[in-house]
Amino acid sequence: MSLDTLSSEPPAYNFAYLDEQTKRMIRRAILKGIAIPGYQVPFASREMPMPYGWGTGGMQVTAAVIGPEDTLKVIDQGSDDTTNAVAIRRFFDRTAGVAMTTHTAEATVIQTRHRIPEEKLTDNQVLVFQVPIPEPLRFLEPRETETRKMHALSEYGLMHVKLYEDIARHGHIATSYAYPVMVEGRYVMDPSPTPKFDNPKMHKMAALQLFGAGREKRIYALPPHTEVVSLDFEDHPFSVQDWPDTACAMCGAEQVYFDEVILDDKGGRMFVCSDSDYCEARQAEGHFGAAHAHHQEAAE
Amino acid sequence: MYVAVKGGEKAISNAHSLFAAKRRGNTDVPGLTIEQIVNQLSFAVDRVMGEGSLYDRELAAIAIRQAQGDLIEAIFLIRAYRTTLPRFGYSAPIETGEMRIDRRISATFKDLPGGQLLGPTFDYSHRLIDFALDADAEVPAPEQAETDPLASVPRVTDLLGADGMIEPDPAEESEIGDLTREPLEFPAGRDLRLQNLARGDEGFLLALGYSTQRGYARSHPFVGEIRMGAVEVSLFAEELGFEVPLGRVTVTECQMINQFKGSMKAPPQFTRGYGLVFGHSERKSMSMALVDRALRWKELGEEQTAAAQDEEFVLSHSDNIQASGFVEHLKLPHYVDFQAELDLIRTMHREHAERLNATEDDTETPREAAE
Repeated sequence: MSLDTLSSEPPAYNFAYLDEQTKRMIRRAILKGIAIPGYQVPFASREMPMPYGWGTGGMQVTAAVIGPEDTLKVIDQGSDDTTNAVAIRRFFDRTAGVAMTTHTAEATVIQTRHRIPEEKLTDNQVLVFQVPIPEPLRFLEPRETETRKMHALSEYGLMHVKLYEDIARHGHIATSYAYPVMVEGRYVMDPSPTPKFDNPKMHKMAALQLFGAGREKRIYALPPHTEVVSLDFEDHPFSVQDWPDTACAMCGAEQVYFDEVILDDKGGRMFVCSDSDYCEARQAEGHFGAAHAHHQEAAE
Repeated sequence: MYVAVKGGEKAISNAHSLFAAKRRGNTDVPGLTIEQIVNQLSFAVDRVMGEGSLYDRELAAIAIRQAQGDLIEAIFLIRAYRTTLPRFGYSAPIETGEMRIDRRISATFKDLPGGQLLGPTFDYSHRLIDFALDADAEVPAPEQAETDPLASVPRVTDLLGADGMIEPDPAEESEIGDLTREPLEFPAGRDLRLQNLARGDEGFLLALGYSTQRGYARSHPFVGEIRMGAVEVSLFAEELGFEVPLGRVTVTECQMINQFKGSMKAPPQFTRGYGLVFGHSERKSMSMALVDRALRWKELGEEQTAAAQDEEFVLSHSDNIQASGFVEHLKLPHYVDFQAELDLIRTMHREHAERLNATEDDTETPREAAE
C-alpha cells in the first residue's frame, strides 16, 4: 500500500461491518448453538474496531443476524444511554444504518450487557448477550481442555460442591450474578453476568437468545421456549434478589431490578429502575414514584 | 437530586474531539510526518508491524501517530484493519538461509561460514543520554564491509545438523494452522504456538523467557544465531503452476540452541527454540525462542514445572489486544453486578449481626436492662 491510497475517506465497509463470508461462518456457529442449546461453539472471532471485553462477541452476533429491515435496541446495565451502549448503537448506525429504538417492544434485535429487559419479549425478537467469560466452570477449573471434558461428560459435581460449600460457609449460595443455569437438563451454562434476578426470564422465553464471547471465541444459544433452570438444592431453592418495601423513586415500580443511587454523604439513597425504557414508559403512562414530584419541581 | 444519566452520546463525541486536540498538541510545533516516524522511530514501527501481524511500514507509522505513540493502541488499529482485508492465499515458507543479511551474530562459534556481521545494534553502546544530540545534524556515512548480497549464508543450525548434533528441523507440514481464521484449540500444534508467539506481546514473552533463565523450566539456552535482513516472500499461483515473488520483508530470526540429555524417544542432542518476527526485534525473537523451547516439554519427554511451559496459560494470555481490552473493560459500568453483590453482602452482614446478637443474648443479660 502506498501513502496516496490512504486518503482520509473511510473505506467502504460491508453492511454491518463484517464481510459476508465472516457472517456465514458466524451464522453456522449460531445454528450449531441453536441445535445444541447451552453448548459453547468455538468460532473464529474477528478483531473488531472496538476493544475485546467491550462487547465484540455480541457485536459479531448482531452483525451476523441483523438485516436492513430490523430495528435495533442496545442496552448496557439495562439502560439505552450508558456510554458503551451509545458507542455500540453508533457503530451499527454507521455501518448498517438500520432503524434504532429505545423501546423494547419495537425492537427486533436487542443487544444487551448485564440485563434482560423487564418487559416480556416475544417470538419475533432476538436477544443478543455480550459475554465476557462464557465458561461457567472457569473459576473452578481454569483449563479449557479440562472444562470441555467436564461438559462432554456432564461432569458437574464440582459446581454442585462449590454451591454446597457456599451454603456451608455463608448460609447462602454466594453468587449474585452470572448464576449458573442448567439448559434442557444437559449443559450447565453461564447466563452472562446478568443478575440472578434475570435468570427466570430466560426460562422458556419466547425470543431467541444468542450469546457471543468475542475474546474467548465462543457462541452459544437458547432457542425459544428452552428450559433454563438455575442450579440449586431442594432444601436451598434458588431465589432472586428482592428489595422489600422498595419502589422505584421515579415510576413507583416494584418487583423490578433496581439501581441504587447515592444522594449525599449522609447515607441518603434512593432506588430507581435499572431498565430505563421500562421506567420511562411507566412514567409516560402516569405512574410516578416518591422522588418524581420533587424532581419535576426542581426542573421547573 | 437524581439526574437521569442522559447525554452519553454528546459526552462521547465531546471527549473524542478533546482527545483529537490533545493528540495534535501545540499547533505551533510542526505535526509529525509519516516519513519521520517510518525513518526515525523504526523500532516502534517494527513492533507495531510484528504484533499487529501486518507488514506495512507506512500503515504502522500512521497508526503510531494516530495512537499518540501508544504502541498497543497502534497495534490494535492495525489488527482491526488487517482483519477486514481479503485473503488471496498463503505465501510459501520464507527461506531465511537466503536472507540478504544486515546483521548476523552467533554466540556459539567464534567464526563460521558467512562470518559474524555486527550490523546496526544497540549492543556495546554506552547508554548515556546524548544531551547534545541534534536531530538534524549530519550523520557521518557508516563504513560497512563488502558483502555479496546474493551469497547465501548457511544457518548455524544447519551446520550443526549436518553431523546430527542438533535435532533436525521438523518435517514440513502440509496444512499450517491460522489462529486468525480458526479459534485456537488445545493442545495446539507448534505451528499455532509459533504464530501465537509471533503476534504475542513483547513484554509478556520477555518476562516468560526471562523466567526460564531464572530456573522456572530452565533449558540451558545458547544463541546459536540471530540474523536480521530481507527475505523474499512468494506465493504459489495455482493458475501458473509456479511461485510468484511478491516482494521482500525484513525479519529477525533467532535460533536458540538448548541442551538436552535425551529421553526414551530421542538421543542426547541439542534442541531448538525458534523465534521469528517482522522487522528488527532481537528482544522479541529471543524471548519467543526461549518460550517456544519451554513449550516443547511434552514432545521431548520433559517434566512440566513452570508457567512458561504451560501452553494454555501462555497462549491464552500472550495477546496484548485481548489482554488490554479485557483489563480495561473494568472501566465500563458494572452497576448491575455491583448492586447484586451489594445486596448479597448486606443480607449476609445482617445475618451475621443477628447471629452475633443471638449468642450475646444467650450469655448476657439483655443490654437494655444492664444500662
